[in-house]
Amino acid sequence: MKVQEQAPIREPLVLGNPSLHDITARIASIVESKISMKYLMTVGFTGALAAWGLFALYYTITTGIGVWGLNNPVGWGWDITNFVFWIGIGHAGTLISAILFLFRQKWRTAINRSAEAMTIFAVICALTMVLSHTGRPWLFYWLLPYPNQMNMWVNFRSPLAWDVFAVNTYFTVSALFWFVGLIPDLATLRNYVKSDLARKIYGFLSLGWTGSTRHWHHYEIAYMILAGISTPLVLSVHSVVSFDFTVGIMPGWHTTIFPPYFVAGAIFSGFAMVMTLLVIAREVLDLKQFITLKHFDNMNKIMLATGMMVGYAYGMEFFIAWYSGNPYESWVFMNRLFGDYAWAYWTMVTCNVVSPQIFWFKKARRNVPLMFVISIFINIGMWFERFTIIATSLHHDFLPASWGYYSPTWVEISIFIGTFGVFLTLFLLFSKFVPVIAIAEIKGIMPGSQPSHHHEHDHAPHAAVTEGAHR
Amino acid sequence: MSIPAGVIGEFKDVNVIMTAAQKINEAGYRKWDIHTPYPVHGLDKAMGIKRSIITYISFLGLCGGLSTALGLQWWTGAVDYPLNIGGKGLFDWQFSIPVDFELSILGTAIMTVVGLFGLCQLPTWYNRYQNDESFKKATDDTFVVTIDSDDDRYSAELTATFLRGLGAQNVHTVTA
Repeated sequence: MKVQEQAPIREPLVLGNPSLHDITARIASIVESKISMKYLMTVGFTGALAAWGLFALYYTITTGIGVWGLNNPVGWGWDITNFVFWIGIGHAGTLISAILFLFRQKWRTAINRSAEAMTIFAVICALTMVLSHTGRPWLFYWLLPYPNQMNMWVNFRSPLAWDVFAVNTYFTVSALFWFVGLIPDLATLRNYVKSDLARKIYGFLSLGWTGSTRHWHHYEIAYMILAGISTPLVLSVHSVVSFDFTVGIMPGWHTTIFPPYFVAGAIFSGFAMVMTLLVIAREVLDLKQFITLKHFDNMNKIMLATGMMVGYAYGMEFFIAWYSGNPYESWVFMNRLFGDYAWAYWTMVTCNVVSPQIFWFKKARRNVPLMFVISIFINIGMWFERFTIIATSLHHDFLPASWGYYSPTWVEISIFIGTFGVFLTLFLLFSKFVPVIAIAEIKGIMPGSQPSHHHEHDHAPHAAVTEGAHR
Repeated sequence: MSIPAGVIGEFKDVNVIMTAAQKINEAGYRKWDIHTPYPVHGLDKAMGIKRSIITYISFLGLCGGLSTALGLQWWTGAVDYPLNIGGKGLFDWQFSIPVDFELSILGTAIMTVVGLFGLCQLPTWYNRYQNDESFKKATDDTFVVTIDSDDDRYSAELTATFLRGLGAQNVHTVTA
């Protein structure tokens, strides 16, 4: 089993080389341990935020969206900003679980479960925002094509109709993907937990999974297919979200760069949110063995790359605004730099383009407090990106007589805070009651967990030695 | 009076289980399985498992989703209630692409999961070995071989001896 002399030794993905049983015991101990006072207080706090947001939502629904700061000409404000923000955050989860899976990036196994959970919770927040923005959310089914007395169907030429399909598909597929990934780990918990009730619940949810190789065979192909279709799906969802803007004729929205620009931004913001959550979870749940500095290093590299893509898009928008020769287009972009919302624009540029540049340095990529701060910056910056796009194009459009300004009321701010409450509460519940790390996947990437040679036709036992070297 | 369920044996070494899988398959057993805590590369081949048909089921889902999307957009827009919006075509494949794509993905995903559940017979909240302590280790750190008593070549003693010969530990018969 001698590793070639000059080959650099890969940094281990799991520290301390634990046995398979150690891994089971470590992850299951999070579920098994008693609920601490600290945990209850944290859930109480995030639950209170969620309750406050839900109250604001209740107030909006019972009174009407006139309680928001929206006006004519700014008909989209924090509602759509938050929608795009949350849906974008979800994208990192799918990227980690699907795209990195297809690229055989083994380091994803430590973080994919929590990132996928985050996707689902973020999409729930996004759906809340977009439903409340319809004004009469109890008539949500008007968005769907269904037979009705008016004999009317939805207009499939509208990107808003596409969005309904994209977001619902995204939520459904993410949830299916997440649950399929969970089945073997729930079975592990079923066989591990001591409490009778917990065993029954995990037993019910694990659907009677036994770890049969005959089942794993189907499972692996199914998982691959789900990863394969989630990859184009994640790219399509944010492209469709960007069509909500690009298909309109507003200067600043009507550009072809939007789909890739939105996708890059989504991945960028999503990774920042995964980072924020994981830095905390790793500390609180003591997962340093599985979520190592190497994982953070990789994630920071992705953030640096996607941050540069977003920065490129910012620059290219200006170039095209000038190159197109369209006076409205170029005026809108100058207005972003120096107009009423210049503060939002410069916040965005500072947070998204300038702050991640520190990740060129390896020391910075492995500095946990620093990356936590930068990830918060990126979260803020990416929110402002969506706000800048929406508000600057709307508040000053073609006709100076109808120019205006928009600021949110306490209701919109409360709803936004509330979505954070919902998101964090769901994440806390998830991290306590569901295996936060994909147990079966981690076991599969441990050194020595896979056979050192395939027994298809040769029986030579010493073939194992040479092949073992590059595993 | 208890009915025999089969013989069970534990393996710890992944390379040993690979060889054992092949030997058991070559010995002619058909109603048997290896339960592992994680998917072991190549073990399915060593056991002689044929390639899963799940890809075809997924493809059916894709076809179903795509045809639903095309049919829905064409029939509602061009047949049932033709509505001229901005002089655009009543149905054109170009504007139908986003919905076509999303519903194809949705159909594929749903049928993949339905297919997975169907082929693995999930949920089945009962297993003849479920109360056996060795069997429970399969989701933790052990490769557990089970040979069912209704296999044509099953014999309580000889099968157990055979398993021991392959390197299995803690070989014992299980009654359901």
